This record gives sequence, C-alpha cells and structure tokens, in this order.
Amino acid sequence: MAQTGTTGDKVFRTVLFITAAIIVVIMAAMIFMMVWNSLPTIKTFGLNFLIGREWKPAESVFGALPFIYGTIVSSVIALIISVPLSLGIAIFLVEQAPKKIATPIAFMVELLAAIPSVVYGLWGIFVLAPFVRDYLGVFLEKYLGWLPLFQGRLTGIGMLTGGIILALMITPIITAVVRDILEVVPTQQREAALALGATKWETTQIVLGNAASGIAGAVILGLGRALGETMAVTMVIGNSPQISASLFEPAYTIASVLAANFAEATDELYLSALIEIGLVLFLVTFVVNAFAKLLVSRVGKRMHA
Amino acid sequence: MIFTVVLGLACSGQPLGQSNGSTSTGGGEIRLQGSGASFPKPIYEKWVNEYGKINPNIKIDYQSTGSGAGQKAIISKTADFGASDDPMSDEDLKDTGLLHIPTVLGAVVLTYNLPVLKEPLKLSPEVISDIYLGKIKRWNAEQIRKDNPNVNLPDTEISPIYRADSSGTTAVFTDFLSKTVSEWKEKVGADKQPSWITGVGVGAKGNDGVMGQVKNIPNSIGYVEIAFAKANNLPTALIRNKAGEFVEANLDNISAAAAGSVAEMPEDMRVQITNADGASAYPISSYTYILVHRDQSDAAKGKALTDFLWWAIHDGEKFTKDLHYASLPDEVVKKAEAKINSMTGGGKPLRQ
Repeated sequence: MAQTGTTGDKVFRTVLFITAAIIVVIMAAMIFMMVWNSLPTIKTFGLNFLIGREWKPAESVFGALPFIYGTIVSSVIALIISVPLSLGIAIFLVEQAPKKIATPIAFMVELLAAIPSVVYGLWGIFVLAPFVRDYLGVFLEKYLGWLPLFQGRLTGIGMLTGGIILALMITPIITAVVRDILEVVPTQQREAALALGATKWETTQIVLGNAASGIAGAVILGLGRALGETMAVTMVIGNSPQISASLFEPAYTIASVLAANFAEATDELYLSALIEIGLVLFLVTFVVNAFAKLLVSRVGKRMHA
Repeated sequence: MIFTVVLGLACSGQPLGQSNGSTSTGGGEIRLQGSGASFPKPIYEKWVNEYGKINPNIKIDYQSTGSGAGQKAIISKTADFGASDDPMSDEDLKDTGLLHIPTVLGAVVLTYNLPVLKEPLKLSPEVISDIYLGKIKRWNAEQIRKDNPNVNLPDTEISPIYRADSSGTTAVFTDFLSKTVSEWKEKVGADKQPSWITGVGVGAKGNDGVMGQVKNIPNSIGYVEIAFAKANNLPTALIRNKAGEFVEANLDNISAAAAGSVAEMPEDMRVQITNADGASAYPISSYTYILVHRDQSDAAKGKALTDFLWWAIHDGEKFTKDLHYASLPDEVVKKAEAKINSMTGGGKPLRQ
C-alpha cells in the first residue's frame, strides 16, 4: 500500500467535515427560508397564530391550533395502539417464535412498511371507516360513551380513524427496529438470566431493560412518521379545522392542510400562513425528538447506575 | 437572411432544434401547455385528443391542477392557457391583459347517500344553506319534509360533506347560496374556499374526494360537478330555482340557465349564472373558462392556440353531450368568437 502521509489524512478529514457541514447548512437554510417566508403572518398574527382556533382563508384569519391539536392527538392515538402491538410482535419474533414462523412474519412486517400511504388511505376509506362506524365506534359509544372522547357524530371519518390508520402505518417500522435491537442484545445475558433460574418472562424483562434506549428510539422513529404522514390521514380524518373532545369528530392535521391547499394558495398571506404551519410542524417534530433523546439518555443513565 | 441566421446558429455550435421556439413555424411541432380547473378535464382531454388527430403537429397537454392554480399559472405565464370555473376577480385581472373564453357549461349537483329513497329529493336553497350551517341536523326535519311531502325521510343525522381545498365547484355552489340566502352570505359567503362553519360536516379534497365520502358515509350529502355524480350513478337532488320550480340537473336545464342569463353577460364574459331566470333553468349552473393572454408573445404558439380555441367552441361542442357538459348558447359563441379574433401575436391579429 502506497504511503499517503499526512496529506491523505488532511484530505480525508476535510471531506468528512464537508459532508457533515452540508447537513448543518441544509438545516439552517430550511429554517431560514421557512421563517423568512412566514414573516408576513408572523408579523400580522404573532403568537395568536399558534393559539388561534379560527382558520378562515377567505377572511385572512389564520389560527393554527386546530391543526397542531389534530397532529398531536392523532399521533398519540397511533402510539397508544402501535407501541404495545409492535413490542409484542418484536418480542414474539425474537424471544419466542421458532425460526419457521418468525421468518415469514418478519417478512410480512417488512412488506407492510413498503405499502404506499395512499393505499393505506384507500383501505381506510373503504374498510376501516365503515368498520369504525358500524362496529368499533358503536362498541366504544356503548361501553365508554360516558367519556366525552366517545360521544358525538359517528360517521367513521374522524380523529379515531385517522389515529388507527397511523397506528397501522407505524407499526411495521417500530416492529422492525425493535426486532433488530432485541437481536443484538447478547445471548449471554439471556443464558445468564436463565442459568440463575429466571423464567422466560423475567428474562424478557431483563432483555427489554437493556434495550430500552433503543426501543425508545424506535418509537420516536414511528412518531416521526405519524406526525408527518399526509395522504392516508387526509383521506380519513375529515379535514375539518376544529378542536373537539370527541375522537369521532373530524379533525385536521398540519400535513393534511398543507397537502390540500398548497397548489391553490394564491394569496400572499395565505401562502405565508401555510409555510408558517410547516415551520410549526418542523418545530413540533424537533421538540418531540429532543424530548425523546432526553428520555433515552435518562433511561440509559438509570440502567448503568 | 434566414440563411445567415441558420449559419450563425450552426457556427455557434447550438443544435438547431433547441433554438428559440418562436421560429418553429411550418412543419415544426408546436407544444401548448394548459393547466387549471379539474371540472372540465374530461372534455378538454377529449378535445386535445380529437384535435390532435386532425392537427398532428400540435401537441396540447392539459393538467388539472385546480382553478386557483390555473389562474396563477396563466398570470405567471408558466402555462400557455389557464382554465378556471370561477371568473377571475377584478383585482387579480387588473393589468394582466387576460381574456376569459367560455368553453362549456356545467352544473354543481347535490348528491346524497340515502338508499331508502326511491324518488329524487327536492331541496330549496334555504334547506341546503341550513344543512351546511348546521341548523338542520336530521333528514326528517320539518323544513325538508315540507318540500318532500310524500317521501319517507329517515330519522337519521345528516353528514354534510364539503371541499376542504380551494375549488371552483365550491365557488359556484356558495355563489348560488349567497345570492339566495342572506344568512349564508353573512356567515359563509361566496368563495373558492369560504369560511365554513366550524364543527359542521366533513371536508374532502377534490370532486372525487367528496364523491368517495358521500358513497361511503350513510346519510351524507355533498356537492360535486354533475359529471362526477353521473359517472358514479349517484342520485342528484332537484333544486328550487328563481322561478320557484324544483328542477333536475340535466343538459337542457343547464342550457336554459345559460339562455336565461345571456342578456346579463358583460363585455368581458365574466359571469356567474347561478340562480338564473327561466322556469326550467337549473340554478347551480356555471360556465367554465379558458384564460389566455390577449397578446401572445410567441406568434406561432398564439396562432395554434387561437385555432384550437376556435375549433373547440365550434366543432368541439359536438363532444360535450356524452360527457355531461352543455354547449354554449349561440349568442355566447358569437361573443367568444370576437374575443378569439381580438387576440394578437406580436401586435398582429392571429386570425384573419
């Protein structure tokens, strides 16, 4: 091998530095462009943009709270359904299932992740929405109807259906990542636990504990997709900018309102308002990720203590 | 002279085919790009296809991006022609030098998901307004029963469906309600994307989105362009017109609405013909327009465009019926002819 000396190292380091710098530049450019283009609404509405509940483009009134609410609540519903489900699948695949069963199931999970979101949306309209309207919603109304969450107009199109479709979309991602994480937990740990007389259940608890930060990362990955998912949600959530306690009622997410209106936003203030809620989505994702990182590091510290 | 230009280009090493498009007269292929309203897409595609058969050297591409986007595209000249159901506002039109050429007529229909009904529902503007304002909540409400005395209306909650995106269809629908119901005008108004009452109904994107929701939500009602309802075999309501008659949305009644409003058509042809005069006029009818710049910077393209428009409002009209559009009344064709004849390319008239 020819000697490259320190010059080679310098070039190598510079190239690496540039690649790393590019991501910072892209990020800064994005934030700058979004802030710059949303200046008209920032100036006009200030903080009222974030807490306003009225969204009336015809009257140039823009309050983004219903969209922020819709985005967060639909994603939370998705996580509540998806996290236990994904953990269950992943633990089963790694800890319990014989290879013969695990391989085809794992393959199917990966296949689900590859389905385009518009297909989920179609399925949502034709299968899930009628199911929610005729069975799930009726059931919830009957037994949990005393909660304001399950009162109101049950059309099958609304927050609940949106949340469920999101759950189905993020489950394969969370499952696949958690499975990979569980697989890299050293076998010796399991063997040691079993040798000490731990049951299968106790062993799994130990494995999960050691994988906790990775699992949290997987959940955040899923949440990221849920926050930004557009097409499937637009098709089933009802696209109505309102804040209602009922999960049966239509809602609206940031990604949906952007997708539905960008092409037609001819007015400067309207365009600015759309860009600003794009910025809000960006910040919400940012905060969620930062929070998750904090959570992961705390769990990690506790584990090591 | 031409020789020197060719020589000059050849010497500069630039491929001739990629030179300025405006020189592509005689034998060369001309491409026209249109974009805008989704409502006339089926007829425009048919026209483009038929016109291409007789003029193989002219390639026209139409993208349905929505009326608002069509207006934006023609103002910024990213398209050679725009298309819009909703005439442009005075403010947007000012100093743009744009012409409105009406092409066909269509209608917005109210379609509903009530399989128990055998006969079409009769709806007055007041009832439609109250449904979308959230004041009438159930199908067997007094106000609906009054107009439909012999219909067995179910005791179920109404789910109104509206367009969540900005749309020409909404503009026509809300224009009709604003003209007929003062409370609607006050609370919602007429716009491509008006201020819907919060908490009423479900929003959907596009005519097909509304169609999909109406098909899938029992007891729902939505408004779409007539062609979408016909294609999906969904029922359409009879709407009470200015003369007090409940009329069906069919081609004759849409033409009647156009005929009833011909006298009111202004010089620049921008007009909403909702709530038109005439006993058989369907009240939620509308023109759809192609938007072009009066002065075409590229004479060859301009010539192709004017020829196509001329063909469309004459020979093209024979394709309208099958696709559920009504043809323009003769008086309107005359006016549109004058508009097309007024188009110029580099200061010279394009049609002699």
